Amino acid sequence: MSDKDITRIDVEDFLYEEAALLDEWRLDEWLELLTDDAIYQIPSTDAPDSDARNALFLIADDATRIKARVKRLNDTEAHAESPRSRTRRMIGNVRITGRNRTELEVSANFSVYRYRRNSPLRHFVGRYEYRLRVTEKGLRIAERRIILDPTELGTLGAISFIL
Amino acid sequence: MTESPFIIDQPEDMVFRLNRRTLADPEILTREQTAIFDKSWIYCGHESEVSKPGDFCTRTVCGRPVIFSRDSAGDVRVFLNACRHRAAMVCREPCGNTRRYNCFYHGWSYNQDGELVGVPGEESYPPGFDKANFSLAEPPRVDSYRGFWFISFNPDITNLKEYLAGATEYIDLVADQSPSGQMEVIQGTQEYDIRANWKLLVENSFDDYHLLTTHKTWLDYMKDSGVQVEPPKGQGLLLPSKGIGKGLGNGHAVIDNINFRGRPVARWISIYGEDAKEEIDEIRAELVERLGDERAARVADTNRNLVIFPNLVINDGSSVTIRTFWPVAADHMKVTAWALGTKEESERARARRLDSFLTFYGPGGFATPDDVEALEAVQAGLATWRETEWSEMTRGLNKEGEQLNTDEEHLRAFWREWNALMTADA
Repeated sequence: MSDKDITRIDVEDFLYEEAALLDEWRLDEWLELLTDDAIYQIPSTDAPDSDARNALFLIADDATRIKARVKRLNDTEAHAESPRSRTRRMIGNVRITGRNRTELEVSANFSVYRYRRNSPLRHFVGRYEYRLRVTEKGLRIAERRIILDPTELGTLGAISFIL
Repeated sequence: MTESPFIIDQPEDMVFRLNRRTLADPEILTREQTAIFDKSWIYCGHESEVSKPGDFCTRTVCGRPVIFSRDSAGDVRVFLNACRHRAAMVCREPCGNTRRYNCFYHGWSYNQDGELVGVPGEESYPPGFDKANFSLAEPPRVDSYRGFWFISFNPDITNLKEYLAGATEYIDLVADQSPSGQMEVIQGTQEYDIRANWKLLVENSFDDYHLLTTHKTWLDYMKDSGVQVEPPKGQGLLLPSKGIGKGLGNGHAVIDNINFRGRPVARWISIYGEDAKEEIDEIRAELVERLGDERAARVADTNRNLVIFPNLVINDGSSVTIRTFWPVAADHMKVTAWALGTKEESERARARRLDSFLTFYGPGGFATPDDVEALEAVQAGLATWRETEWSEMTRGLNKEGEQLNTDEEHLRAFWREWNALMTADA
């Protein structure tokens, strides 16, 4: 598959598939969608455009840390997600914003609804910024950066699941 | 009917109990606003957040909107963020630099020193109206210690250094990491709510008893990463191997532990990567040269979780975090957390510090979310406070002298001061 053949619809299919894996807590399968050098980042809400090397983020995982995060979430002693959240992701406004020989830059809006136990709905809204790599197996996630719209996490509380 | 006491403190009988009502009853929170928060020194900001004249950060401190700023003379100033005309906030940006604080409602404007300098249609005010009488108000007391600025709405409170009492030693240990004694708040603020009483976060911030059960997955992560999570045996240690917990006067308290899980200054662990070893050795050499062997070891080889009464936490472990929190209801608090670094550190050292911060701390860390869950589980259980009135808080009470970080002497120190203030006018 050449990157030139990839259309927005291909990217949407890929993102919808990823969203389903995350909503269904199939985290080991989700890991298969990541490159070996993948990063997963959420900047602090007051510094959305900053760099994790010189600003405090909410999450700044390299590939090793992402795997550790999944291992933790698969453990019933990850108390914040035991019982697990029920999430539902809506993804829209998907755009391919850049491409080179091996990678695509993709921007998409998201609306993630989260219920857990008897807590009220917590509604995460923002934008995904992806760097997707074109591989023999298809698209793979090299970077997954999440820009949250709220100016503070506030009543959203902790981000204990994979947003 | 007389009210049940807040605490039963009878060490001679090995009794220390906390009335759970103190964590659940909205009426207690109302009393805390005047008896605790309005009587104490409350953390406002760090000098590095406003480094130049005209710099400002707006925030809510002690329930009031304030402007933490630097004036035209370069001095740190705190203004109440309310126009003297109709009380509208005169600054609505989170941070920035300005020549004027402008109230957009009717157009009154104030300079960097808080002086009223512009009143549209001033000629319509009667004779005797004088702008000099309408400068932005300031809290009755403002003071700092080693770059940490506090305000108090109690005009009669003792000076800050005296108030901090034994906590100054622990602030010094943080500030002494920097060759120039200058620490700085790093960009990026973690702001999140916990559906729990604010005093539960006081306890949790320096409660080492919960580590093994609440943070099992974090300890597993550290083990998986090749970090030795048990204290090394038979080494010459500065402190008893498991650390100590103690009160520092005026309700402040600390746990003070030998570090064995790594510190970006200056104790290498595998998570930092082989290439970090050399720089961490250099950081340590600088500490030894400047402070001597003993003090350098104190700065570099101990973890300290410090609570400054009532609502400031400075934790100096895998990274330095400043954390403050404010109750919005008896069962709900807002938490703000910053990372603190030395002004001089290299880009790589800064990146390492931030990475180390996130392994444990914050709403996306491997530990804090489980603390949040624990506190919210406690709060849910506290709905039974009328039936199960007392929490047992006696760990270590039978010991003479030093107590462990996993004991509860430091928690008792906080609660004794809280109780003294809450019952002062009774």
